[in-house]
Amino acid sequence: MQAFLTYSIYGTALFLMLLGLYAVLMKKNLIKIVIGLSVADSGLHLLFVAVGYINGGTAPIFSPAVAGTGTVMTDPVPQALVLTAIVIGFGVTAVALALVVRLYRKHNTTNIDEIKNLKW
Amino acid sequence: MKNVIIISLLGVTAYYLLSAFVSIPFGEDFINGVKDFYLNKSPEDLKVANVVTSIVVNFRGFDTLGEVTVLFLASTALGSILYRRRSSHTALNPQRTAPQASTLVQAGAKVIFPFTVLLGAYVFIHGHLTPGGGFQGGAIIATGFLLMLISYRKFFVEHNVLTWIEALAGTSFVVIGLAGLVYADNHNFLENFLPAGELNDLLSGGIIGIIYIAVGFKVGAEITGILDTLLTIKEAGLDPEEN
Amino acid sequence: MTNIEIILTIISLIVLIVAGFYAVFKKDLIHAVVATSVISLVLSLMFYLLQAPDVALTEAAIGIALSTIIFIITIRNTKRFEDK
Repeated sequence: MQAFLTYSIYGTALFLMLLGLYAVLMKKNLIKIVIGLSVADSGLHLLFVAVGYINGGTAPIFSPAVAGTGTVMTDPVPQALVLTAIVIGFGVTAVALALVVRLYRKHNTTNIDEIKNLKW
Repeated sequence: MKNVIIISLLGVTAYYLLSAFVSIPFGEDFINGVKDFYLNKSPEDLKVANVVTSIVVNFRGFDTLGEVTVLFLASTALGSILYRRRSSHTALNPQRTAPQASTLVQAGAKVIFPFTVLLGAYVFIHGHLTPGGGFQGGAIIATGFLLMLISYRKFFVEHNVLTWIEALAGTSFVVIGLAGLVYADNHNFLENFLPAGELNDLLSGGIIGIIYIAVGFKVGAEITGILDTLLTIKEAGLDPEEN
Repeated sequence: MTNIEIILTIISLIVLIVAGFYAVFKKDLIHAVVATSVISLVLSLMFYLLQAPDVALTEAAIGIALSTIIFIITIRNTKRFEDK
């Protein structure tokens, strides 16, 4: 059971990352590319939090119920990293979408094949 | 041809990543050292109940300052990318592209809005006791403003006020960090210099409360600014004023 | 993990995979964006099951609400359908 859970959670995280990369590399639509970035982000966050999990552990918060009982706690370091990554990911998405709107205003399309004059 | 190359590339990436993942055991305590240091030091020395908060604000405070700066830069970049010269008419009456919301949505939004802001304030004030913190609280407050922005076409946020809130919050963050250089024991940037208090008290954790209130205001103002900039785009399509 | 948590985990993983496919391969961009919102929702549940309530709260506030709304605003201002 444990081995199955290991493979399924890590496998899903890897699958989401690769699916996002596939969208970024293969899709022609600019908004679809940004969606791919967001999906790849989600897979990465799942992977990080899954690495920090410990069997039977509680959340790393010393509430009065668990204080002094010696309960095992999950690793707080990946959680702090993912917290940062989610907020930064939102900023990246916002700027990327603003660039999409700007390109649409200039070229009247969101297809990267039709935007030909990507030169200085 | 291109498809074959990309899919084989993804296959190779998947193989190597999977072979790396298999060696990571799920649910076992295999990273030794760092976790125990944080879990012991946070409740004993700093008196912070939520260890994630103490990592984000105390141990990695400089990182958090950089994160807030990145969000500020994103909001500024968004404004400058979507900037267009407004004619004098639209400068006086800015317009939204979104259609008028129904009466039901408007009435509901008016009721829910103050409670959403209250929930956000609760989340960032209790960041060191319960799950949550400045980023989550700021995002919840921005969600409340988003509800008002999409319900009422006449509801506009003042960008001058947002700028002042951002400036004051960012300055107080940096000033608290600099005060750590002077008053704290080891004279480090962003080191705790206030009394730590008791574990699980509201007034505990020293500077965490002040920093999280500043971060909450700053993140809320920045995300509200981003949403307002995106929502007040005028008609889609080519603009004759550009170029 | 208890049995109920394992069952919830497996259901969540299946929903994640299906929603991921839907988000990447659907031609209607509004549907694709709603699928990313579903990914965030299920991911938030997964974080809660993996004992990370801080991350779950962040993902719920930012991933479900704010990311989705900026995508939808952008699609309103550009084209809704991905053409061949």
